[in-house]
Amino acid sequence: MQIELRGVNKTYNNGQPLHVLKGIDLDIEQGEFVSIMGASGSGKSTLLNILGILDTYDSGEYHIDGVLIKDLPERKAADYRNKTIGFIFQSFNLINFKTAVENVELPLFYQKVNRRKRHEKAMAYLERLGLKGWEQHYPNEMSGGQKQRVAIARALITKPRIILADEPTGALDSKTSAEVMQLLKQLNREEKVTMIIVTHDQNVAAQTDRTIYIKDGVIGQ
Amino acid sequence: MRLNIDTYNEIVETLSHNKSRSLLTGFGVFWGLFMLLFLVGGGRGFKEMIMENFAGFANNAGIIISQNTSLPYAGFQEGRYWSLTTRDLDRLRTLVPECDAIVPMLSIWGDNARSEYQDRTYNSSIKSVTADYAKIEPAKLKYGRYLTENDVKQERKVCVLGKRVYEVLFPEGGNPCGEFIKVGGIYYEVVGVDFATGNISINGSNSESVIIPFTIAQKIFNRGNSVDIICITAKGGIKISSIEPKIRQALAREHLFDWKDEQALMVLKVEEMFSMVDNLFRGLNFLIWLIGLGTLLAGIIGVSNIMMVTVKGRTTEIGLRRAIGATKNDVLSQIILESITLTLIAGMGGIMFSVLVLKVFEKAAGGAFMISFGTAVLAALLLSVLGVVAGLAPAFRAVSIKPVDAMRDE
Repeated sequence: MQIELRGVNKTYNNGQPLHVLKGIDLDIEQGEFVSIMGASGSGKSTLLNILGILDTYDSGEYHIDGVLIKDLPERKAADYRNKTIGFIFQSFNLINFKTAVENVELPLFYQKVNRRKRHEKAMAYLERLGLKGWEQHYPNEMSGGQKQRVAIARALITKPRIILADEPTGALDSKTSAEVMQLLKQLNREEKVTMIIVTHDQNVAAQTDRTIYIKDGVIGQ
Repeated sequence: MRLNIDTYNEIVETLSHNKSRSLLTGFGVFWGLFMLLFLVGGGRGFKEMIMENFAGFANNAGIIISQNTSLPYAGFQEGRYWSLTTRDLDRLRTLVPECDAIVPMLSIWGDNARSEYQDRTYNSSIKSVTADYAKIEPAKLKYGRYLTENDVKQERKVCVLGKRVYEVLFPEGGNPCGEFIKVGGIYYEVVGVDFATGNISINGSNSESVIIPFTIAQKIFNRGNSVDIICITAKGGIKISSIEPKIRQALAREHLFDWKDEQALMVLKVEEMFSMVDNLFRGLNFLIWLIGLGTLLAGIIGVSNIMMVTVKGRTTEIGLRRAIGATKNDVLSQIILESITLTLIAGMGGIMFSVLVLKVFEKAAGGAFMISFGTAVLAALLLSVLGVVAGLAPAFRAVSIKPVDAMRDE
């Protein structure tokens, strides 16, 4: 079992205490292609943040490959985010003043990989994602689908074992969104990378191998 | 914090990809440093120009002049005129041993002082003094020598020409020593030419005067034992103002006036003028640094402020950097390094621009406006420190951005 959550609770204390996750139990195997569905406010984004070590949880246990992920020191958490987990965001979150290739290089910069090597790698990944010739373009010169492919290349470049995607097709039209889903599926098959997609789109969830429903902070059917 | 070429590249990229933002941020520092150094250099040049007027004048000199009395004394009414005499020289020498040089002076103007050589004339004035006068207004001899004690003792008809007099009488230049010139109808042998050009002058500027021995003027102009002015210098470490009462008492007893009568006996102290100008410039300097540092500080606060806003605008970027593996230290050092780089580049620009402008001033106005190398180094050091300080607050705000923030929509 690669990802293992046992009784995970999360409460936000912004004035009114808000109990968002109420004892989540979840198991995801290496190489699975799963989607997490739920209405807005159901806690699905919070769950994704905890899975990605972007946020902490209050009680329960979260293991990745048998390692307990709790109160990690800063450096260790940054290391996990850098090497083990790749992120894909709804709004792409590319840095506007960097070119496509510079955006893809960025995770390797924080791995202290030297400039030439990371440039080569980034170029290779962009080519693989069908963006040859777009390497020196800035995000605002690209279409939504292209931007998302740059973001996917950025998530892949560190060869993570888990990719977390938060509404990856949320800002795309139906045609490009089908292409992106096709791409994610293909990556899951070829790289054996665990793909977890948060969505509220039934069509997207239907393309995954398993759908996990979350409602009011608990896992449903 | 790691410092290598890669980190540096990342900083430069971030700054150069956001040109207008960087420009706006850096301008305050650029301007602040420019103002500071420009004012420091300008103040220095201005002081130099003022001080040139004092050049070549002993700063512990005093000038003693007799005038009408303003107080009744010993049965005399006020308004009585009296005159200094040659006996006063000996009196001062015995009663005021703090005096170093004591020099009598007779001044002659007008037709009696006009100098002539061949067909050229110059409306000069005559200063007749003793050899010690060089201690009061030091001579810069271009040719020949100054008056000597023997010139005075033996009443030789010799003279030292001022710069202007020399230029008019000897327009083709060359050494005039040994030539005879006519001054007020009497021939004198030229023994020296004095090129000193201070703007402080006793009875006319040195450059427009002919200096002759005191004793000869006494005879030629029938001055008896009267003296127009007595110039003195005090011995090392003694101020004229501290021996002024002794001087007054010594002279008042002989000439029968109240020694507290400021009008009857005027004692001009060069040190007072010096300290006045000195104080003026000390005050000016203080003001310059206050304004300059104030402007610089405002610039630094500007950098801090704009970076603060910038960091807020870069929330998603910074959150994203954290999400893909940047540690808090990475973010902290990035923002501080951005601040230092901006401050340094803008500041160096300010230093260079001020040097350029000061150079233009030097060319146009003369004098020494240029800041010293030490001042420039000090300014650069100050900049690095200020760069760190300016970056601190924005950096800590950037660190407080959680990676979760990258997930949120912009």
